Amino acid sequence: MSATHNHPAPAPLGGPLVTPVTITLAILVAIAFVILGIRFVLGIGAVTNVSDGYPFGIWIAYDVVIGSAFACGGYSLALLVYIFNKGEYHPMVRPALLASMFGYTLAGASVIFDLGRYWNTWHIFWPGYAQVNSVMFEVAVCITAYIVVMMIEFSPAFLEKFGFKDIHKKLNKVLFLIIALGVLLPSMHQSSLGSLIVVFGNQIHPLWQTIMLPLLFLMTAVMIGFAIVIFESCLSSSGFKRPLELHLLTGLSRLMTGLLAAYLVVRVGDLAVRGALGFMFEPSIEAFMFWVEMGLFAAPLVLLWQPAARQKPARLFVAAFCLLFAGFFLRINAFLVGYETGAGWHYFPAVPEIMVSVGLIALEILGYIVLVRYLPILPKEEQI
Amino acid sequence: MKRRDFLKGALAGGAMLASGSPAQARPNKTMPPEAVGLLYDSTLCIGCKACVAACKESNGMPPEFSTAEQYWDTPLDISGKTLNVIKMYKEGSGEIKDSEKNGYAFMKVSCLHCVDPSCVSACPVSAMTKDPVNGIVSYDKGACIGCRYCVAACPFGVPRFQYDRPFPQITKCQLCTHRMKEGKYAACAYVCPTGATLFGKVSDLHAEAKRRLALKPGDDTEFPRGNLNTHDQSSFPAKAAKYLPQIYGEKELGGTQMLKLSAVHFEKLGMPTLPERSYAATSETMQHTLYGGLVLPLVFLGGLTYIAKRNVKNYGDDEKE
Repeated sequence: MSATHNHPAPAPLGGPLVTPVTITLAILVAIAFVILGIRFVLGIGAVTNVSDGYPFGIWIAYDVVIGSAFACGGYSLALLVYIFNKGEYHPMVRPALLASMFGYTLAGASVIFDLGRYWNTWHIFWPGYAQVNSVMFEVAVCITAYIVVMMIEFSPAFLEKFGFKDIHKKLNKVLFLIIALGVLLPSMHQSSLGSLIVVFGNQIHPLWQTIMLPLLFLMTAVMIGFAIVIFESCLSSSGFKRPLELHLLTGLSRLMTGLLAAYLVVRVGDLAVRGALGFMFEPSIEAFMFWVEMGLFAAPLVLLWQPAARQKPARLFVAAFCLLFAGFFLRINAFLVGYETGAGWHYFPAVPEIMVSVGLIALEILGYIVLVRYLPILPKEEQI
Repeated sequence: MKRRDFLKGALAGGAMLASGSPAQARPNKTMPPEAVGLLYDSTLCIGCKACVAACKESNGMPPEFSTAEQYWDTPLDISGKTLNVIKMYKEGSGEIKDSEKNGYAFMKVSCLHCVDPSCVSACPVSAMTKDPVNGIVSYDKGACIGCRYCVAACPFGVPRFQYDRPFPQITKCQLCTHRMKEGKYAACAYVCPTGATLFGKVSDLHAEAKRRLALKPGDDTEFPRGNLNTHDQSSFPAKAAKYLPQIYGEKELGGTQMLKLSAVHFEKLGMPTLPERSYAATSETMQHTLYGGLVLPLVFLGGLTYIAKRNVKNYGDDEKE
């Protein structure tokens, strides 16, 4: 990806790397590493509240399942630009891809912290060990492949910086194939992240246990992709004091709203077909959390229903924020709130457990700041 | 390919994803030919926990304490240190054995060795396997990555994990496979004084369970002990209890190789009510519909590649710099 005829070329932002923000982020990262050190010496139970009743905690439900969904900006934009031929969004692809690459790499790498027998991780990819009927096998292989694909997609930014023209030219000849893979692989694993819990059967509350989980997770992943681009654009424009690409965000939010309406039809339709609508009216924590989730999905639809509303940056920001939280709660509800494996088990993440997830987020933001200052990622501003 | 055609194709693909094709539906797996297992009769169990102690000793598992004085092994549940426990149900005054009101009853908690196990379907690295001949569900720590997907997936909460260790393992009952190599059988059944836990071929255990259900409550009868197939121990004479007309494990999720009889409802004893179709079959049908032979992904990739190749040109992404 590089300069085009119509759009300003990406260029490094420059500016200071050591600021109060980056120092704070670095401290949070350091805290997470200390906690992980304890985890590798004393075991997973020493720093988390996971148990045999809740063997998956936030290191899976948040770091991997939600973390990778929040890293879908690159996927959603690639889908839009290269498949649906919406060229006007092309300048947004590279910054989105950077955030995605970071998000996915950390989501993938963070799995290691949660694996009890991490030294055997390679077994997933090894014939003889690999078990192809396992949904987790599919998720692991597709996420790993996608990380590699994103690194190749993103490599022009490095190649430009270091002047490897030949490799860049060769890469460009097969770029369409890489791009196609970059759309296929996230479609596969984002849906499969929902499929993961189908085998849990009746341990998942009927408000979330459905054979439609792959479709629900896929649709929300694409929407989250749009939402995170809007969210990051707003933050990045205020943080780096750059003008907001409002016309593009308005267009994105229109697509996001349409997809959201379709999603709500599928979601409620599925509950109706399965005869599970009644569960949302029961006096239970599951029903309450369902309403929180659905309220957050409905809010952006209401906020952005009028075309004029999509021109207001504050409203776009709030709507995107709601949608991110909606996707967050769908996944937390499906994996943790709606998971019940018998009486007597409870789970709420421990403080060190949360600090590791916070450290990962900090590392992501820190990496993004450093790279956009150092590499040609954000479009160059015309007035400079 | 026009975009409209692509959308049509994508919609058709989506419909396939969503509906699944019945032709590819994976049925429940069936009982292996030489399946062995256990018959646990709650009405015969006296709660002596000899099976708990024998299991610990035979499998070399450490003691687990639940009292202030750590004198002896007192596990309350299966765990990373315990593969088998006897749990007690108690209601009201708790005086009458096998009565739901003012009574008590026991339940053995250990692996049921499902005919179509969720743990085996879930495991990404073949660390959980089901023997094709005797049907025992075994765990291989050498293969295991410690992801705990099996722990989360098991509808009976059986596989457990060692959260307090830097180099942890999954733990579960493997029906004393290591003793079978020495011509012995499951330690829990071997030491059971009343035959409440009985080892044998599943088909024979099933027939024995049927025989018990056919008895009138109060009838005098002989209960085999130890190994049903070799009759290595004398039988235990007792009166038939007022059984529920149900063999737990006969149909649950396509059946298990551990069968259970009780006079108290199984839900009250912690055994969940489950459908006949296995969750492994549901999950794998879905996966095979989407990814069988990689047909759908490759078709999808073909379409995407075609469109991407045309569109990349529009943006000059593949032009020389």
